Amino acid sequence: MEANLAQPLPQAHHAAPGGVWRWLASTNHKDIGTLYFWFAATMFLIGGLMAMLIRAELFQPGLQLVQPEAFNQLTTLHGLIMIFGVIMPAFTAFANWQVPLMIGAPDMAFPRMNNWSFWLLPVAGVFLVGSTLLPGGAVAGGWTMYPPLFLQGGISYDLTIFAIHIMGASSIMGSINIATTILNMRAPGMTLMKMPLFVWTWLITAFLLIAVMPVLAGAVTMLLADRNFGTHFFDAAGGGDPVLFQHVFWFFGHPEVYILILPAFGIISSVIPTFSRKPLFGYASMVYATASIAILSFLVWGHHMFTVGMPAAAQLYFMYATLLIAVPTGVKVFNWVATMWRGSLTFETAMLFAVAFVCLFTIGGFSGLVLAMVPVDIQLQDTYYVVAHFHYVLVTGALFSIYAGLYYWLPKWTGHMVNETWGRWHFWLSAISVNVLFFPMHFLGLAGMPRRIPDYALQFADFNRVASIGGFVFGASQILLLIVILKCIRGGEKAEARAWEGAEGLEWTVPSPAPYHTFAQPPEVK
Amino acid sequence: MNANGNQRTSTWLTTLAAAMFAFGFALVPLYDVFCDLTGLNRDAAQSLVNNTQVDASRRVRIELVANVQDGALWRFAAPRQPVDVHPGELVQIEYELENLTGQPLVGRAVPSYAPLAAAAHFKKIDCFCFREQRLAPHEKVRLPVLFVLDRGVARDMKVVTLSYTFFALGKRT
Repeated sequence: MEANLAQPLPQAHHAAPGGVWRWLASTNHKDIGTLYFWFAATMFLIGGLMAMLIRAELFQPGLQLVQPEAFNQLTTLHGLIMIFGVIMPAFTAFANWQVPLMIGAPDMAFPRMNNWSFWLLPVAGVFLVGSTLLPGGAVAGGWTMYPPLFLQGGISYDLTIFAIHIMGASSIMGSINIATTILNMRAPGMTLMKMPLFVWTWLITAFLLIAVMPVLAGAVTMLLADRNFGTHFFDAAGGGDPVLFQHVFWFFGHPEVYILILPAFGIISSVIPTFSRKPLFGYASMVYATASIAILSFLVWGHHMFTVGMPAAAQLYFMYATLLIAVPTGVKVFNWVATMWRGSLTFETAMLFAVAFVCLFTIGGFSGLVLAMVPVDIQLQDTYYVVAHFHYVLVTGALFSIYAGLYYWLPKWTGHMVNETWGRWHFWLSAISVNVLFFPMHFLGLAGMPRRIPDYALQFADFNRVASIGGFVFGASQILLLIVILKCIRGGEKAEARAWEGAEGLEWTVPSPAPYHTFAQPPEVK
Repeated sequence: MNANGNQRTSTWLTTLAAAMFAFGFALVPLYDVFCDLTGLNRDAAQSLVNNTQVDASRRVRIELVANVQDGALWRFAAPRQPVDVHPGELVQIEYELENLTGQPLVGRAVPSYAPLAAAAHFKKIDCFCFREQRLAPHEKVRLPVLFVLDRGVARDMKVVTLSYTFFALGKRT
């Protein structure tokens, strides 16, 4: 390590270059983090507008706004965009900004590859969104891309497969970069067990991504071959097996679920200790819990497909293995609660979102436990109960953690404190409306309303109307977040290096806003 | 910053990603291997091999006929022997089609049945007559038909004739 410090850094110490080239050719982890963030924000707007259309159509029974074909395209694209275009890039934005700052590294390990990882994403985004304009419209077979439906669509299905390939390549490159940075570029003295938990969760997430994104790439490559090159991996008429796709897909899909939530755990584990003014309770157990969740995630994929005609032995195994995940997840939730216990709590917006995360993510976790039980799942498979479950873990879970992280680290990124009044409005409107939006979906699912339908039986009308109203308020509330961010970039109370009283960690030792280049000399960690 | 270390780590991680890509394809046979080893999904209740709908008490002879509209272009041949089937049994037979010209040809087969009453009981699971056939110059193909003559077929119907007539479709290639 010492030897290289004497040499000049590959990129000389200069200020940010101006104009569009600063962004197109950037190799700076902070710039690339910002790009990731704005990409996620743009895709969130698009995916969010699709959700608004879905809720508008479901406001009352009958077909009002969109035809069933268009509705199916909306649900499919909404899912793909929110997962691959919003949550994953947003977490990568945090990784880019925060990982080098938190471990005292001057930049990511491979800055040019970092640039590539990002600039592949807008291409994939354009393919996904642009496929709506192709003959036959966008993909409409559900984000899970199950054959035989996915084998039968038009050219947009091929384009979507291509987009998945590109996003997969981007994720794999990003993950290799992040894992290498964390493994090799920590400041002297920062042992693995001294890393902030956010860094730990991202290290484990990076390994999950490297392990399963190639499997997804393989699965969609097989789809592509079945569609265009006469193979029969999934085509029953040619001796293939459509259920095989579900097995391969969910071998990717379940670890993907934790890819979407482990960085959230990391953010929450940074925010809660700060505003509790106590160190994180049970740091080591948090690390082990995260690792256990990651390992278990490879062993439970079958619970997504209990109804495919699986032998009872397999159903039992997948059920017990799935229920087992509640143990490390419970460790995490109790540790967060114990961190807050007898702390000097203050409720800045970041903390509000973090506390809401703990409560609401737990609701999503509990409905997950309900769904893990085979006899119940057979009843609830593909109902709105499932929709309620995964929106609780992905919206009030992953998305709220992203909000918490934004409110927490924006002072470090922009140099200005967040406007708390606007932030509180954003929080309370979001937190209330999101429950109005998703909680009734539990009831709809228990009553038997299937997911992915544009029209429904009359008895579901009331709860759907309530959910739609919640949806519109939630959607509109997110405009407040945009205002908060723009206000924070333009001005506001000057943030100190340690923006929050109880904040610990290397990122708070550099000035706010963080200079373009930080930690050219690695800090000493005791 | 340890540039060599970074290189090593990234090589290792890239190898891992490549191995997982291969593993995704390896899963295709591996799931079967796993089920064979453990016996999961391999018991009688899970298998569809036992066709309970076969009426073994009688046989029906299926005569197979092939006609072609323009014999100068195509050679279209039925299996030489008629097949004897139990009603309810799944049967596969193969026709043959050969393009006799130096041009690519497109055609389609149309089935007919004698006696006509048999048609209602003739369930084709897969048939070349469902699709247009495109043949390259001098190409020779085997055309499978997968069918079930269901149990509803009358007991006095001892012989059924399945006949295909092959038509060339325009000049499209």
